[in-house]
Parts: sequence; structure tokens; C-alpha cells
Amino acid sequence: MHNRTIAELINGLQSKEFSSVELTQHFLDRIGDLNPNYNAIITVTAEQALKAAAAADERLAAGNAPAMCGIPILHKDIFCTNGVRTSCGSKMLDNFIPPYNATVVENFEQAGAVVLGKTNMDEFAMGSSNETSFYGSVQNPWDTDCVPGGSSGGSAAAVAARLAPGATATDTGGSIRQPAALCGITGLKPTYGRVSRWGMIAFASSLDQGGPMARTAEDCAIMLSCMASFDDKDSTCIDREVPDYCAALGQDVNGLRIGVPSEYFSKGLNEGTEQAVRTALAKLEEQGAELVEISLPNTGLSVPAYYVIAPAEASANLSRFDGVKYGYRCEDPKDLQDLYSRSRAEGFGEEVQRRILIGTYCLSAGYYEAYYGKAQQVRQLIQRDFEKAFETVDVIMGPTCPSPAFKFGSKGDDPVAMYLEDIYTIATNLAGLPGMSVPCGMVDNKPVGLQIIGNYFDEARILNVAHQYQQITEWHDQAPEGVAS
Amino acid sequence: MKWDTVIGLEVHVQLATKTKIFSGASTAFGAEPNTQACAIDLAMPGTLPVLNKQAVHYAVMFGLAIDAEIGKESAFERKNYFYPDLPKGYQTTQLEKPIVGRGNVEIQLADGSTKNIRIHHAHLEEDAGKSLHEGDFRHGVSGIDLNRAGTPLIEIVSEPDISSAEEAIAFAKKLHSVVTSIGICDGEMSQGSMRFDVNVSVKPSGSDTLGTRTETKNLNSFKFMEECIVKEVERQIDLIEDGGTVIQETRLYNGDTKVARSMRSKEEANDYRYFPCPDLLPVIVTDETIEELRRNLPELPDARQARFVEEYGLSDYDASVLGNDAGMATYFEIAAKTSGSAKLAANWTMGELAARLNNEDISIANSPVSADQLGGLVTRIVDNSISGKMAKEVFEGIWAGEGSADEIIEARGLKQVSDSGALEQMVTDVLAANQEMVDDYINTDEAKRKKKLGGFMGQIMKASKGQANPQQVNQILAKKLNELL
Repeated sequence: MHNRTIAELINGLQSKEFSSVELTQHFLDRIGDLNPNYNAIITVTAEQALKAAAAADERLAAGNAPAMCGIPILHKDIFCTNGVRTSCGSKMLDNFIPPYNATVVENFEQAGAVVLGKTNMDEFAMGSSNETSFYGSVQNPWDTDCVPGGSSGGSAAAVAARLAPGATATDTGGSIRQPAALCGITGLKPTYGRVSRWGMIAFASSLDQGGPMARTAEDCAIMLSCMASFDDKDSTCIDREVPDYCAALGQDVNGLRIGVPSEYFSKGLNEGTEQAVRTALAKLEEQGAELVEISLPNTGLSVPAYYVIAPAEASANLSRFDGVKYGYRCEDPKDLQDLYSRSRAEGFGEEVQRRILIGTYCLSAGYYEAYYGKAQQVRQLIQRDFEKAFETVDVIMGPTCPSPAFKFGSKGDDPVAMYLEDIYTIATNLAGLPGMSVPCGMVDNKPVGLQIIGNYFDEARILNVAHQYQQITEWHDQAPEGVAS
Repeated sequence: MKWDTVIGLEVHVQLATKTKIFSGASTAFGAEPNTQACAIDLAMPGTLPVLNKQAVHYAVMFGLAIDAEIGKESAFERKNYFYPDLPKGYQTTQLEKPIVGRGNVEIQLADGSTKNIRIHHAHLEEDAGKSLHEGDFRHGVSGIDLNRAGTPLIEIVSEPDISSAEEAIAFAKKLHSVVTSIGICDGEMSQGSMRFDVNVSVKPSGSDTLGTRTETKNLNSFKFMEECIVKEVERQIDLIEDGGTVIQETRLYNGDTKVARSMRSKEEANDYRYFPCPDLLPVIVTDETIEELRRNLPELPDARQARFVEEYGLSDYDASVLGNDAGMATYFEIAAKTSGSAKLAANWTMGELAARLNNEDISIANSPVSADQLGGLVTRIVDNSISGKMAKEVFEGIWAGEGSADEIIEARGLKQVSDSGALEQMVTDVLAANQEMVDDYINTDEAKRKKKLGGFMGQIMKASKGQANPQQVNQILAKKLNELL
């Protein structure tokens, strides 16, 4: 059952081939057997899952059950789950049990999905390798000596290892697309404002966006249809009808204008990765798509701008973790100052502290204009690059990240090298655009991701393009050794 | 040496919205600690603010009331600092783009002159919670009450146009009058609904250079503010005349002990690292909204004062006392209309009622004697049913909750005798029964006879059980005694 896609599992449930309880138990068993190999899941909610599955079976039996009724999924541990610990990968929240659900969690609950547990992640979503998690790093199912990417590395590894057919994730600078690429699965970061941020623990509020991870574009379409909604609890959520993403999957790519930015094929790009991406583009060209060379001239500025804006917002967003109200508190504080400094020094990991310090510095009197002010200007330039590009093309394609999964510790001493992992993904967050990563090849037996960037609210189009690509290729069907059996 | 005083005020006004500025929790005063703080107010992870429209409208109404520029696009920023009663670790406030721009407030001084105080701007922000330290809480432990956290405020910032404590009080009272008249604040100073920060400096008389200023924070009564300014001006002058210099610092004034002390110097001041709040969109106020609020803006104190002179024939003094206090004004108008005598209604409202309320520290909104009841009482004075003395007794009865004036007059048999036939008989009887007093009167020098009248009055009032109309008795008595001469 674990080799089937969500679309196939929905058919299986509706044709009574198996029940949701059977399906849920199957995945729980797999998690029990295999998760120790990958450390992809922090918290398993077996009891609640089986209860939800039994309820789903009743709804399925009664007919007209909602789309994802009875389908097991995993939530990234950044989404608040009522009554279930939500750690955000941090010691700071190791003891935090929210009394409310994130809107995303609520939406899947309404759709009848069954939650198997919460996935591992870089601490507060800060990282590109999942090495910053308080709960230990996640192993890439394709090569357990390698990282799964981050920050949604737990969700990506879990889907790749077929511990769940789909998982939620979040993307602030590439945290859905990069781990999807490194784990050989399909992931979508929607337009900023498409998915509610309520109950999703904030890293950088103006960049954070939740999205689905699954094995196929079709499954991502099914998940996004549940996940996206207008939410009046999130002021930045946009009140716009959620289209039926599945209904839009049937269009061929004949005449599709694909923008290929020269800046995404510059030095630093792994040769094998480039070849895989070029092959994918050629394949789409064969189907009638038109490749248009374009330029996104300010791409090079996106990483520095991002590493000012995101830490600046994070430095304020993470101030609430002060040892006063909830979360980690140091032992025997001497006074208020000691309570603050030790709770935060002991509760936050190194990378989180580094980013809080960077952000605090950038916002300080005398530095604000040079850093934060400039970065906001760069952000507008990047946005304009894309707006101009979308005047002549329908989608933009390139590699998701510069190279396939790297070995643990290989970028540990050099934060900047790690930050460059996101060089192709960050610009879309700064512009607020939707982007996907789709498996498009293998290098050294490790997956390569093709990135597809769409115009604002053009999720239906990029999902369709990805789906069309998956109709003529089999990269998304590949499984790491020992996983499919 | 002569000195000039320069004062600027920052006034925090709690807006009378039912719910908080960014959450649905109640703003009602006086609840058990932490019973009116929801997940948003507690800054639980993943929660997000949603702006209260009513708070925006109230702020715009204030802007219209002081003839200010309205910020059609204002923005919220985060002001970062750590304190236990600030759950997010930042206050959401406005800085670069406040909702209310430059405006003007005219104050009246004791000598009848007027002075214009310029308003620099007014901005929307959230209130913090309260820290309860030793004495207010438990020994050795500080408590935090977050009921107030997130209560909407406007902070009104004046230009340094104020040159004395008297002017500062006049300005503060005028603001109080404006915000209560337009109904955006309940004006309950003792509950912290209006709080003042006072910036004070002195300079040699006539000098163009401003002296170093100090800021005394959080004064919540006009009296404390006056004391504090007088003391601070004195302190600064003494300091300079003794060869010292004023240092820029934040001070606190304890109104109970009358002691002022330094809280922190400029060097210790926080770098608040303001930046635009990414969780909130810019606040757009349309011309239509502004015009609608302008049309429905309640009467302002100056206009009301003029109307009271015009419509009710009140003196300028009475009109200013009643017209400047929204509660008194409303009360007076009801009492005046119910009784048909504006002059008497005004006297009773400003006299007996105000004194009694003041003594018992009750606001006019919570007066045990309603405006209708006072009107009923005045009606009976006007139609001569009761004397002024009886009226005081009736007033006490109404205050004690015994019912309306008519009910109390009836129950206590307080009906005044105004029937001239009956009164004449009464006077005749008393004169007949007190021949010695009559002889004494006749034998007294004409110039001193008037003093003797009181004795007869006492006898007559006693005989009538206090119910004789004193003015009528006076006339009848004078007439009858004259006949005997």
C-alpha cells in the first residue's frame, strides 16, 4: 500500500479495497520499523491516528466523504497541533503542547485526513540540511550518509521513505523545494498568502509559506486543495477563491513558454545537475513547449538580501521565547536578566542564535538603513525581475539547488556555503511567487530537482506542467533502495 | 535669573473598544488576573494579530476632533524590548506612518485667555500587561497580569508648546474632555484610561536654546501631574543655579509619597530596533470612511459650551464646567429638559451632585441619582412643591435608593404649603401665641428689627413641620408685623 500515491489510495479507500484503519496501521508499522533509520519523525500519534482512521472509515461508509478522508499524512512539527507537542525542532519548545490547531492542521482535519505524527525539521526552520534539529539530524533515504535538505527534511525523508504518502511542510527560503529535490519527491511552495500562517510557528513572517510534499504533482494538487483557504485569523492571507487544482491537471504543454534564466545555470552548479535539468527542459520542448532564454539580473543579490530580512524578522519573532510564559526555562534564575539570557542561551541552538544576532545587528540604530533598508530595496528589484520575465513567459524553470544531497558535516563549519544551497529558491520567497520542485534525474544515485516557478496564484498552472512532465517521465516513481519493497 | 519652562506631553488614551486591538479578548477593567488574555495576547507560538477596525475608527475620530491630517495609509511597526509584561518581546505600534498627523488643541487659561497647543501626531498601539511586584503581589515573587496586554491605545504627542503646570493641566483636561465627548475613551483616570508622560526642560528666560529635558512617565491624575511638573521645574532650576547640569533621563513620580526618582539615563536607553510589522498590512482609511466618521462625530466640547450659553442661557462659567465634561453635559441636558429649568438643573448638577460624587469618588456615569431623577427633583423645586431645604432631604433619599422625588415627597409627607390662606392663618396663630416676641419686635430699633424675623420664622416652620413655603411666609410675616407697628 505504501507504494501507492494519494490519488491511488483514495481510489482504494473508496472502492473498499482496504479501510483507513488498515492503511493507517500499515503506515504506523512502517514508521515503527523504518523511522529509526531516518529519524524523520519526532512524534508519532498512533492512538489518535487510529481513532481518526476509524472515524474516517465511518464517514467513507456513509458516502460523500471529503477528498482526503482516511488518507494518512504527517505534519511538519512547525504546525501547532491541539494537544500534541509542537517542538519546531527546538529544545525551547520540547515541552510545548499547544491548545489550538494551526489552520492548515484544521483544514486537513476537516478533509478527514489522518495524522500519523510530526516530522523532524531544522530548529525553527533555520537550516538547509536538517542538522540544526534538537532531535538530531534526519538521514536521506537515498544515502543515509547524506543530508535530506532542510528545513523540511523530516517531511521530505518521510515521504521518500514512504512512511506517509504526503506531508505538510513550510518554505521560507527553499525549505520545501530543496529537501524535496534532495529526497527525490515533489514539493510545492504556494504564493505568499495562499495558505494560512495561523498556528504555523513564525520564522520570517513575510517569507514563510506552508505547502504540500508528496511523490507526485497530482498528490500535491490534492493536498493543496485541502490546505489552501482564506483565513481571517491571518491578516496576510489573501481572500481569493481556491481553484480545483486537480481539475486543471489535464492540459498539454504545447505552446507553453518556459523561461530559462541564465543566472540559474552559472558557476557553482553541479554538472550532473545541470545536465539533468537541461534534459528535462528538452523533454518538455519535445512536447511542444517553447524554451525562452531570460535574465533575472538581480538573482545574485537574493541571498544577501534574504539573510538580512529573514534574520531581522526572526530576531523579533523569536523574542517571545523568553522563559516566562511557556517553553524552556533555565534552572534557578538569579534575576530577570539571568532568566532571559540563560533560558535563551540554553534553549536555542547555535544556528538560531546566530540568526537572532544577525537580525538584531541589522535592525540596530545606525545600521538599519544600510542593511534592512537596502535589503528591502533589493527585494523590490527582485520582484520586478520576475514581473518583467512573466510578461514574456508562462513559467520559469531551472535547477532547485546547485547539487545533490551532500554529506553530513560537510558544510557545518561554513554557514555561507550552507546559505548558498538556497541560491535558486530564495528569490521566489522574496517575490512571494509559487514554486515547485520535481524529480528530474539522478547524479551519483542521488536525486536532482527541477524547479518550476509560476506567476502569482498560478499554482494550478505549475502543478499541471509538473503533472504533464510526470506523465512522460518516471523519476518520481523511483524509490530509494529497500523502501519500495 | 528668570527661567522659562518648556513642556511637551505624551498622552496614552485607552480606546473604549469592547475587544483588544489585535485579538477578540475583552478589554473590560477589573477582571481576575489573566482571565482576559487569549492565545494571541499571551503571544503563543504561531498566533497572529488581526487589527480591530473600531480602534482605527476611534483614532480617526480623534484626528477629526483636533482638526488633524488623517494618515490614509498608516503602518504598524514592532518596537523590540524584553519585559515580562510584554509577551511578544515587542510592542506593536506606529512610528514612521502614524494614523493621525499634525493637529491643534486650544486650551483656556484661568485668566480667560486661550492658547493653541500643537499636536505633533497621534498613533495607534497596544498596551502592555501589568507587572505586580512585591507589595502588590506575594513576598519575593513578581506576578504578571496580562488582562491589559493588547488593549488599544492612541498615544498623542504634543509639541513642546506648554509653558507651565497650569497649561499642562488645562491641556490634559481638554484632551480628556475631547476623547470622552466623542466617546472613544471612558476617561476613567483611576483605572489608567488616560496616562501622561511629561517632558520638562527649563531655559533662561527668552533664550532660543532648549534645555536638557527629562521625561516623567505614567502619571494618571491631573493632581499628580501638576505636583510633578512643579517639583521637576524647581529641581531643574535649583540644579542649574547650583552650578549643576540636568541629565537626560526617564523619571518616575510617586503621587502617594510625593517622591520623584530617576528610572534610567539616556545611556541606558533601549535601542528599540523598530521595523515594519510583517504580520499586519498597511492600514488604509478611505475618504468615504473619513467623511462618514466626520458626519457622525459627536459634538465637541467647544461647540457644546457655546450651545449651552445660547440654548440654555447659562453663564460662560457654568457652560464651560458642564460643557467640558461629556458625562456632566449629558446629565445636565437630561435634567434641564425633564425639569424645564436649565439654571436650577445646572446648579444642582454642578453643586450638590458633583460634590457628592466627588466625595464618594463615583463617576457621573455611575451616579446613584439619575439625570431623570434629578430633573424630577428640580421640577418640584420649580413648582414650589418643596423648599430648597426639603430638596436636599429628597436628594439624599434618591441617593439612598428610596425612589423618585415624587415618591419620597409623598412617603415622607414633605409637601410644601404654599396656599396663602393657610399660611396667613399660620402666621396669625404664631404671632398671637408669642405676644412677648411681638412686643420685643415692636420695641426694637428699626435698623435691628430684621434680625428678629428669624425667631418668628423658626416658630412658623416648626408649626408647619417645615412644610411652609419660606419665601411666602417671609412676605406674609413682614406684612403682618408692619401692620402692628
